[in-house]
Amino acid sequence: MDLHFGDSKPTDEERAAIDALLGPAESSWEGAARDEMRAADLRWARGGREARERRDLLLPGLHAVNDRIGWISEGALDYLCRRLTVPPAEAYGVATFYAMFSVKPRPATVLHMCTDLACAAAGAAELCAGVEARLGPGSGVGVERSPCLGLCERAPAALAVRAGDPVRTAVSAPTTVAWAAMAASAPDSAPEEPPAAFAVPQAGDPSLVLLSRVGVVDPASLDDYRAHGGYAALRRAFALGPAGVIREVTDAGLVGRGGAAFPTGRKWQATASQPDHPHYLVCNADESEPGTFKDRVVMEGDPYALVEAMTVAAYAVGAHKGYLYLRGEYPRALHRMEHAIGQARARGLLGEDVLGQGYAFDIEIRRGAGAYICGEETALFNSIEGYRGEPRSKPPFPVEKGLFGKPTAENNVETLVNVLPILTRGAEAYAAIGTPGSTGPKLYCVSGSVDRPGIYELPFGSTLGELLELAGVRERLRAVLLGGAAGGFVRPDELDIPLTFEGTRAAGTTLGSGVVMAFDETVPLPRLLLRIAEFFRDESCGQCVPCRVGTVRQEEALHRIAERTGAAAADDIALLREVGRAMRDASICGLGQTAWNAVESAIDRLGAYE
Amino acid sequence: MTAIPLGVPRRLVEFTLDGQEARVPEGSTILDACRAAGKDVPTLCQGDTLTPKNACRVCVVELEGARTLVPACSRKAEAGMAVRTDTERARHSRKIVIELLASSVDLSTTPQVAGWIKEYEAKPDRFGPDAARLDEEPKIDNGLYVRDYDKCILCYKCVDACGDQWQNTFAISVAGRGFDARIAVEHDAPLTDSACVYCGNCIEVCPTGALSFRSEFDMRAAGTWDESAQTETTTVCAYCGVGCNLTLHVQDNEIVKVTSPHDNPVTHGNLCIKGRFGYQHVQNRD
Repeated sequence: MDLHFGDSKPTDEERAAIDALLGPAESSWEGAARDEMRAADLRWARGGREARERRDLLLPGLHAVNDRIGWISEGALDYLCRRLTVPPAEAYGVATFYAMFSVKPRPATVLHMCTDLACAAAGAAELCAGVEARLGPGSGVGVERSPCLGLCERAPAALAVRAGDPVRTAVSAPTTVAWAAMAASAPDSAPEEPPAAFAVPQAGDPSLVLLSRVGVVDPASLDDYRAHGGYAALRRAFALGPAGVIREVTDAGLVGRGGAAFPTGRKWQATASQPDHPHYLVCNADESEPGTFKDRVVMEGDPYALVEAMTVAAYAVGAHKGYLYLRGEYPRALHRMEHAIGQARARGLLGEDVLGQGYAFDIEIRRGAGAYICGEETALFNSIEGYRGEPRSKPPFPVEKGLFGKPTAENNVETLVNVLPILTRGAEAYAAIGTPGSTGPKLYCVSGSVDRPGIYELPFGSTLGELLELAGVRERLRAVLLGGAAGGFVRPDELDIPLTFEGTRAAGTTLGSGVVMAFDETVPLPRLLLRIAEFFRDESCGQCVPCRVGTVRQEEALHRIAERTGAAAADDIALLREVGRAMRDASICGLGQTAWNAVESAIDRLGAYE
Repeated sequence: MTAIPLGVPRRLVEFTLDGQEARVPEGSTILDACRAAGKDVPTLCQGDTLTPKNACRVCVVELEGARTLVPACSRKAEAGMAVRTDTERARHSRKIVIELLASSVDLSTTPQVAGWIKEYEAKPDRFGPDAARLDEEPKIDNGLYVRDYDKCILCYKCVDACGDQWQNTFAISVAGRGFDARIAVEHDAPLTDSACVYCGNCIEVCPTGALSFRSEFDMRAAGTWDESAQTETTTVCAYCGVGCNLTLHVQDNEIVKVTSPHDNPVTHGNLCIKGRFGYQHVQNRD
């Protein structure tokens, strides 16, 4: 590899931001100033393979610059490339892939205004216009429209990020023009967010399993976590041994809660039995599905539970290193998880000798940078490895060749925290919850036209109507979006659908990631559908043609029929169907395959354009 | 028909292809099997010298038991598979993909595509006159080659050829994402400010003419490019001792471009700047 670096140099601040992550450069070969020739410069080039093997630090490096400066200049990018021996063209491709990075100068403070479904229904469009009028040019704030910020229970939402050392963030939700402007102009003095339990209307209910500790324990205290039953599951895991843990999880009938519903025990067994080493555990906390915020609430309200669950999972699959891939728009979850991991490490619950059992495991947090596609498991691996977050084609599957080409078990946050009650209560007791086909408790993210939006926990098998009643559904319900933007709409007369994998399948819809978004008659449906199409067009990685161009053609067709119905819309609806069918059949990954689901269901089930 | 390679014998994998028994060596793709059986499956991003990226999705076929269609170019044949190459479902996807591509980029210099548009009855115009497309002027920033993004289908072949599969120069990558994704050098700079070493191997693999020789681009603009009047002569490069094969494309007694045979076991179609572009001395008649 003969890399070519341009003439642009980093500023002192940019250099400092990168050096804080990677340590100072040792020779001018890797970007140290040339003014004083060092002995190392004359004899050999440090870096090379050693540096190249740290390619996975590219994303953290881009974050370091973006956090400190607010954008990534040519000089900063080239310096980072020198340090890691990454070709600048590839690093540029990575930097431009993520929505939260900018390679063009922009104000140090950026206000991300959520424009996605729940916020759109709560008037985000008018709010954005108001904020833009208030924070015009000269205010020193860049206003950017953002996809779902995962704050749907407090819609409409805004996230202010001010670059500096350290970077400052402020979440304002529910927000107004004045509140958003204040968060942006003084993130440090913005009012604190309500506690995580605010998002759990059932908090304190003794029947809760997964959410039992949210709002009950102090999320900053490991002792409090242990006092509330923490680390009992890990002790049981050590008593059972890895194979025993997998057997319990398999017997419990746990399936993945991220939307694909793959049996977790089978995934772990397949990973554990791979002869290739090392094995990795990846926790997918990149929940970017519009309407989904359950992982955020769990991480904010009960962070040690995730640390413990990841330790159990890693022990079962034989991994000594776990990555927590956390979406970049969750500053509080990031802080809580950082703190929890640090405490666990200090107390011997992570590290060389977990619980004195001679088992080594540690967790590294990786921050996403604004890309829905990175929730796709193989795209997530690419993102961690320092490549563009494009999905890989399968097979080979991650259990065989995953992160860094090694056997990897990937689970989302909700799936992992289910492992704790399986171990503490036993597989049989766990499997007794729910239905025979869908065992255990399930988290739902309820938002939209309800009185008490938030995360609800119910055993599988409750009906959609029961859930909505719990959340206080308002009158004149027009539609319910089930499973998020990649899910489907159902009608108000279908509320007896049982919330199980088999029940939703039988009803021709999906449980997806557990989103339940209610829309009353005041919500303009065509505009909502347009927003869904726009979301997928924005978030397509662009790798394959059906998704890259198909999402654009669908959005165009929806624009054309926004105001039309019946026969006038028929030809464009036919076109939507034809393109949608090819996207579902021929796209590389789930994004393209499901991008048309919600709109199709709105046409078929709701008669959106009749 | 059965495909049997020369060289070390490999185990044969048996499966059914359109209801017929097919036997291919282990490691072969479905596309290899199709070609061995004389079946025509269209491909755009597949290249004979590169690992398939399966980005274009034109070659999708139906695999029994699979939820979605699978790309024939990269899916390995497995024993017991049942593959159908010409079902209504596969044809529908191919038709739509061709329509989507042809509506968003200029495929006028892409070989074979006109035939597929006809065969699959694709109607790229049906997305309307306002359908988004690039509409960008070709980038002419150096004397050797032209980047015409209007013709780029983002097949990743140039990225792979410039990167770890052949050249190891890593001058180009994909930047941006979604419909705005573009092949770009670092900081989207002119080629002359980039890491490019002008080997032209990206032109060699480009399936659409988005990358072309300056000579070809200028002649096409002037209306003098005439492939039917060209002869091709394969010879040995005279610059160094490696002995790369050059195929000289000659029109009106002038070399108009240089390619390299892909089946050459040493170069596999790759050349350096001298072999690819350094031919003026041959025809300097001053």
